[in-house]
Amino acid sequence: MQNNIKSNMNLPIASHLKEDGTPWTIKEKIFLGLKPSEYISHMLKNPVNWGLFLIFAIGLPLIAQRYLMGLGSVTYASDDYPWGLFLGFGLFGMVPLSASGFMLGTSVEVFGAKDFKPIERLALLNGLLGYLFAVIYLMVDLGMPWRIYYPMIISFGPAAVLFLVAWHVSTYLSVQIAEVSPAFFEWIGWQPGKKFIKSIILGLTIAGIILSTLHQGALGALFNYAPGKVHPLWYSGFLWFIFFCSSIPAGLSMVIAVSAICIKFMKWRCDKNFLDNIDDLTLGIAKGCALGLITYLALKMISVAHDNEWAYLLTGWGQYFLFEILVTIIIPLVLYTVAIRNRNAGLARFTAFLTVIGIVFNRLNTSYIAFNWQIFQEIPHWKEVIITITIFAIYFVTYRFILYRLPILYTWKNN
Amino acid sequence: MQNIQRRTLLKTGLAGAISGLLMPNHSKAATFDGYTESMGVLVDLSRCVGCRSCEAACNKEQGLPAPDKPFDDMSVMKELHHGQKRRPDESHYTVVNQYDVKGIDHPLFRKIQCNHCNEPACLTSCFVNAYTKTPEGAVIYNPDVCVGCRTCMVACPFNIPAFKYSSAFSPRIMKCIFCYDTRLKAGKPPACVEACPNEVMIFGKRADLIKLGWERIKTNPGKYVNHLYGEKEAGGTAWMYLSGVPFEEYGFNTHLPKEPILNYVKDFLAAVPMVLTIWPALFTGFHLLATRKDKAKEEKNGGE
Ligand code: SF4
Ligand code: SF4
Ligand code: SF4
Repeated sequence: MQNNIKSNMNLPIASHLKEDGTPWTIKEKIFLGLKPSEYISHMLKNPVNWGLFLIFAIGLPLIAQRYLMGLGSVTYASDDYPWGLFLGFGLFGMVPLSASGFMLGTSVEVFGAKDFKPIERLALLNGLLGYLFAVIYLMVDLGMPWRIYYPMIISFGPAAVLFLVAWHVSTYLSVQIAEVSPAFFEWIGWQPGKKFIKSIILGLTIAGIILSTLHQGALGALFNYAPGKVHPLWYSGFLWFIFFCSSIPAGLSMVIAVSAICIKFMKWRCDKNFLDNIDDLTLGIAKGCALGLITYLALKMISVAHDNEWAYLLTGWGQYFLFEILVTIIIPLVLYTVAIRNRNAGLARFTAFLTVIGIVFNRLNTSYIAFNWQIFQEIPHWKEVIITITIFAIYFVTYRFILYRLPILYTWKNN
Repeated sequence: MQNIQRRTLLKTGLAGAISGLLMPNHSKAATFDGYTESMGVLVDLSRCVGCRSCEAACNKEQGLPAPDKPFDDMSVMKELHHGQKRRPDESHYTVVNQYDVKGIDHPLFRKIQCNHCNEPACLTSCFVNAYTKTPEGAVIYNPDVCVGCRTCMVACPFNIPAFKYSSAFSPRIMKCIFCYDTRLKAGKPPACVEACPNEVMIFGKRADLIKLGWERIKTNPGKYVNHLYGEKEAGGTAWMYLSGVPFEEYGFNTHLPKEPILNYVKDFLAAVPMVLTIWPALFTGFHLLATRKDKAKEEKNGGE
């Protein structure tokens, strides 16, 4: 792409009109202003795509197998581990990483922090895609995915935590689609849509805060149904609050991590405004991460003290727990602090990756490893692992497809 | 300017009201005392000889698939999977396992099936209300609304519900239903109880069985441990157990809380209406405060 941009002053597309004043067609916009043949030859040149092809070649047939032959054909069909990797990673891991949308939406739209504007759209898109794919993981895991709408209209279990999750995730998904849609309206050139969203943005954002607080917490509360099954060090009566608080550094770190990938591998698509501001923005968000991590650490300690679980710390589980705290909370906290003090955006980016991995690690520990700690530890079936990776690859491709096109990392011209 | 603001506020308020309608209604479960006339089963573990007749009877009554190994093969009762004894699964609503306890010269046996809790965790955790606790005491399941999320399996403190993972197009939860449709509804004892040659299980009103259980403990000093398992566990269960050795020896979970599992999520459920009502006002307020200066500036410059 880099070379094309050098040789063609029309690229990359950032407005409705070409240099000579003729408008881009939608088809041209989809092919990034390249001829289809050029586009395909580009695609084949990129080694990342070969990796993706390989994953799809193995993973897609396995997904087909899951739907045609049942969950039992791709997992160990465990009655003791009803939730495996699809939910452990896909739902419990992806949702906190998607808290970015509501965090930055709130800062910009509610608290009027205009300086975060250049990265707001990336944060919103990150939120939207994260939720969308959490639902897709859920569709793979549900025994009867074709009934996914049942809790909405067929049969209600309103005292169930999952009922809340279902309602809130689905409403929040629509809120996020609305929040991201202005970028799409700009791209296709439909002003009224954009104006309408602008008029309701505050309402959308506040709805987003409510829904996020509740379902981030609800995911934690789901484990309150299993007080004896989750190891006491990971279990807590206020697990819902711990899940909510840890989703804040998780979501924020995810935006930093994604923006780091963008400025490294997608520089052609970022505009000057984004590139000039990204270091400051990264450090600004890093502050939020550090604050979030302190709260998270405090809550973890309180939960151990509250249930008087110090003795467990001396066991093997305790060492594993302390390892988790050290690597996923304390070290990131120290690194973020150093990064902020020395205004070192590079270090903040590295720490963001560590935090993202750390939160996923925590969710997997809670839902999988420390689950059934008194019974036995299960290792997921290799097919389950590959399907999980394949869906993540689809997520990656979708993410990249949108970033290449819609005005997320750049501002649409002549509006 | 003023107008726009009021409109936005209204819309936020509306969103609050709509979500208010979706507020979880947990008051029903919280005040429910249980069915006082419900039935139960008292299992005297010390009498079980491990003949597996109950397993065979259940298999027939519930039309479950033929087992891999016949019901007169006693070796299965010692089988270990991941270091665990057998548990109910998609083709067995009940299993009998063997336990060799130090200091006792003969093996002990325990039958496992759904305990039909008074306030079942499976029921309260299910988001489509697929479970029902009937006045007769059974906890039954409706496969027509189940979505297959398997939360009930995570929530059941006794690890009872199993999932029909083998089916792609009509999977469902499989679990003991107290022979509800075929027997309990008509007041008849379940198939497994009737099939037992050794009168290990007594079918009766739960309230009477509690009395009977304690009577047996009191009138036979030294024969039983001083514990009627299921009277209090997880809020009380319809199936209750007497044992001659500590219940842990049989693999019973003796660390279960006395209160129903639902109590553990009540804190969260109670926070929900608070967030729904307080948040909109709070954050609209923040917004007005935070953008006050900008607004003033805009108005000075002639507004929008
Ligand atoms: S034992 Fe488990 S499956 Fe049976 S009623 Fe109780 S919670 Fe439900
Ligand atoms: S698996 Fe079915 S019965 Fe169990 S909680 Fe989910 S929807 Fe309810
Ligand atoms: S009560 Fe009925 S369904 Fe349950 S284990 Fe006994 S025979 Fe099977």
